[in-house]
Amino acid sequence: MPMLSFLIRRLLQTIPTVLAVVLLVFVLFSVVPGSIVSTMSDDADPQVELRMKKQLGLDDPVYVRFGVYIAKLATGDFGTSFRTREPVTTMIAKRAWPTLQLIFTAMAFAIVLGVPLGFIAALRPGGLVDSAAMVVAVSGLSIAKFWLGLVLMYLFALKLGWLPSFGYGDGGLKYLLLPAVTLGVSPMALLARTTRAAVLEIMTADFVRTARSKGMSETRVVKWHVMRNALVIILTTVGLQFGALMGQAVVVEKLFSWPGIGSLLVDSVLQRDIPAVQGSILVVVLFFLAINLLIDVLYGVIDPRIRYA
Amino acid sequence: MFRMMAIVAGLGLALATSAEAQTPRKGGTIRMTAPYGSSFTSLDIHTTQRAQDEIYAKALHRSLYIWNSAEGKPVLELAKEDVVSGGGLVHTFKLRDDAYFHNGRKMTADDIIWSYNRIMDGTKAYPGARFVRVIEGAAAVEKGQAKEISGLKKIDDFTLEMKLTEKIDPGFYFFTALTSIYPADEAAKESFLQKPIGLGPFKFVEHVPGSRIVLERWDRFYKPGKPYADKLVVSVMGEAAARDVAFRNKEIDTSVLGPAQYVAYQADPDLKGTIVEVAEVFTRYMGMNPAFKPFADKRVRQAINYAIDTDLIINKLVKGKAYRATSWLPLTSPLYDKTMKPYPYDPAKAKQLLTEAGYPAGFEFEWTTSQNESWGLPIVAAVIPMLDKVGIKAKVKQVETAVLSEVIRSGDYQAFIYSQQSGPDPQAALKCFHSSTPQSACNYMNYKNAEFDKLIDEAGQADDAAKRGQLLQKANALLYEEAPVWFFNYNKAVMAVQPWLKGIQLNATELTHQNVEDLWIDETSPAK
Repeated sequence: MPMLSFLIRRLLQTIPTVLAVVLLVFVLFSVVPGSIVSTMSDDADPQVELRMKKQLGLDDPVYVRFGVYIAKLATGDFGTSFRTREPVTTMIAKRAWPTLQLIFTAMAFAIVLGVPLGFIAALRPGGLVDSAAMVVAVSGLSIAKFWLGLVLMYLFALKLGWLPSFGYGDGGLKYLLLPAVTLGVSPMALLARTTRAAVLEIMTADFVRTARSKGMSETRVVKWHVMRNALVIILTTVGLQFGALMGQAVVVEKLFSWPGIGSLLVDSVLQRDIPAVQGSILVVVLFFLAINLLIDVLYGVIDPRIRYA
Repeated sequence: MFRMMAIVAGLGLALATSAEAQTPRKGGTIRMTAPYGSSFTSLDIHTTQRAQDEIYAKALHRSLYIWNSAEGKPVLELAKEDVVSGGGLVHTFKLRDDAYFHNGRKMTADDIIWSYNRIMDGTKAYPGARFVRVIEGAAAVEKGQAKEISGLKKIDDFTLEMKLTEKIDPGFYFFTALTSIYPADEAAKESFLQKPIGLGPFKFVEHVPGSRIVLERWDRFYKPGKPYADKLVVSVMGEAAARDVAFRNKEIDTSVLGPAQYVAYQADPDLKGTIVEVAEVFTRYMGMNPAFKPFADKRVRQAINYAIDTDLIINKLVKGKAYRATSWLPLTSPLYDKTMKPYPYDPAKAKQLLTEAGYPAGFEFEWTTSQNESWGLPIVAAVIPMLDKVGIKAKVKQVETAVLSEVIRSGDYQAFIYSQQSGPDPQAALKCFHSSTPQSACNYMNYKNAEFDKLIDEAGQADDAAKRGQLLQKANALLYEEAPVWFFNYNKAVMAVQPWLKGIQLNATELTHQNVEDLWIDETSPAK
C-alpha cells in the first residue's frame, strides 16, 4: 500500500515537471529566429509564407498555440511534423527502439565494467589495480566521444575488420557494439569512480567495523554490508547517467549513422520543425523521469530501511 | 565550352572515360552516401529543397527533363519531343508512352498536370513553385485565385501543351527532383509518405530514418537494360571523418570530401586516383546592402573587392577546394567569360577608392554569417584583418544557416556571406539581379540598375541564342564593374569514388546528384 501511494504521488509530481519543460520549449521556439517556411524554400512568395504560417497556426498568439498543444497532448496527440507531415508519434516510434537499444547497451557496458572496476580498486586502495582503474576512469571521463568513436572505428573496422564502421544494418549486435561502447565509456568511468568512493567510505563505517569485530568473514562483510549499501549510491548515479546518455547520444548517433531520437531532435531544431522538437524533448524527459522512478522503487528493494511514506 | 570546363576541372575524367570504354556489368549494390546532414528531410521530395534529399530522389523519381552532365544542359526525359510554337512560349510535349510508375501504372499527361498543380498549392510553400511559376496561370493557383494551372493542357494521354510566361528553355526549370512527376491517384494518399512511388530506375524498399534508404531495381524502367545495379543504398553520413573511415574500409562507394580531406586524399597515393572534382554552379560571396550608406557607393564595394586577398583565402583556408570568382556566372556556366580577370589584391587601390568615396578613415559594418566552414565564419575571420588594413571594421553577427536565409530574404543585414546557385541557366541566374526580382526571391542585395535591367530584358526577348548570350555576358561584366558583392569563389565539388564504381557523371549542378541508372559496379566491388 505505501508503495502504491508512493508511485501515485511520484507520478503526480511528474506532471508539473513535464508541463514546465513543454512550456519552456514552446516559449523558446517562439522567440528564436527562423521558421520552417524559410528552411523549406529560398524564395517562397511572401503571401504563400503568410498562408502557410496561418495554416500551421504559427500566426496565432503563443498562449493560444500553447493551449491547443496541451489540449492535443492530453489526448496523446503530439501533433504533425512540419517537415515530413507525418504524426510526430510515428516519427518518434521509428526512432525509439534504436535509441533504447543504444542507451541500454551503453549502460550495460558501463555497469558491467565500471562497478567491478570501482569495487576492485576500493578493496586495494593505493595499489596497482586501484591506480590503473583510476587512470582508466579519468581517461574515460576526459575523452571526447567523437574522437573515441573515430578511434574505435579505425581500430575495429579499418584495422582489424571485426565490425562495421557505421550504420544500423539489421539492428544486430555487430552494428550496435561500437556506438554503444563509445557512448558507454564515460558513464563507465563515472561509475568506477563513484563505486570506489562509496565502497571506501562504507568500509570505514561503524556497522562494517562491528560486523568484522563479530568475526564475520571479509567476503561476507563485503557482500552483505558494503555492496548493498554501495548499490544505493551506484543506482543513483546510474539513474542520472541515463538522462545524460540521452543527451550525449546525439553525437554518437550522428557519427555512426544510428537512427535515434537524438539525431531527429537535432535535425528538427535546425529545420524549425517545432512539433517534432517538442515531441522528441517530451519523450526524452518522460524517459528520464520513468528511469528515475524505477530507481526510486529499486532503492526499497535493495535497502528495506528506505520507506516510501 | 561547358564540357571543356568540366574536363579541365575533372581530375576524375580518366575514371569516367575508362568506364565508358568497358561493358557495363549488371547486378550488385551501389552504396552511395548522403553527406549533408544526419537525416533525409522527407520522402515527399516536393517538400524539400535540400541537396541531401535529391540524392535518393534521383533514383526514385523522374522529372520532365534530366540533367545531362556530358552536354552540360538539361535534356528531355519523360517526353520524346518538344515542339515550340506561339512565339517561343508554347511547348507541346510528346510524352513517353513507356514510363511506368512503381505501382505498374503508365504515366500520362494527367500525372504531370496533377504534380505541377500540387507544387503550386499556395498553402504549402513547395520549393518547386519557383520553377512551375513560369507556366501561365501557375501564379494564380499559388495565390488561390484559380484551382488549375491554365497554361497546362492535356491534348491526349501522351501529349501535353505548356504555355509559358517567358521565352525560356523549360529544361532549366523542370529537371530537378523538386518538380518530380507523381502518380496522381497514389500521391494523394497518406501511405505515399511512407512508401513513395515514382518513375525512377529504382523503387523504394526501406527507409531507416537517420540511417539509410534502400531501393531496388525497377524492372519496367523505360531505358532498356537500365539500371545496371540490383540495389542502391544511400546511407546518411553527415560526419566527414566517419565517411573517411568507411570509404577507406570499402564500406561505401562514394564520399564527399571537405577541404581537409581533399588535401589528405591528394597526398595519399592510394586515394589520389579516387578523386573526382567539378566546378559547381554556386557562387560564394559577401552581399552588401545598398541601404547601408557606405555600400550604396560603387567605389566602396569595389574597394572591398580590392582589399581582400581572395587567392590567399582560397589556397590557405579553403585548401584550394574552390575556383576564384571573377563575376557572378561560374566557371561551368556556358556564358563564363574566361577573358575576364578577377579583382586583384590591391590594398592601396582600395584605400584610394575609399578616399574618393568620402571614407578616408574607413567605416564600420555588421557582417552576418553562419558557421559554414567554406563560406561562413572561418572566412569572415580571415577577411576581417584584411579589411582592417584599409580602415574598414567588421563586426561579426553569427546566426544559424536557417536564420541566415531568413535574414537575407528580409534584407535585415548590412552585409552577409552566402553561397548561391548561379546556374546552370545563366539567364535565370542573372535575372536574380533584375530590379523586378523581389528580394525575397533571389535578389538578395535588392540590386537595382537600369542598364542591367535593359540588358536582361533584351536577352529575354532575343530569339537568337548567340545574341542572347552576348547580352547576358555584358550583364555579367556589368555586375563585375558594379560589384554588388565581394566575388569570393565558385564551389569546387570533390568526391572520392571507389575504383569499382563506374559511370560517375561530373554534374556541375550538384556532384552528388547522379543519374544512377548509368552507374555500375565491376566484380571487384565488395557488394558485387
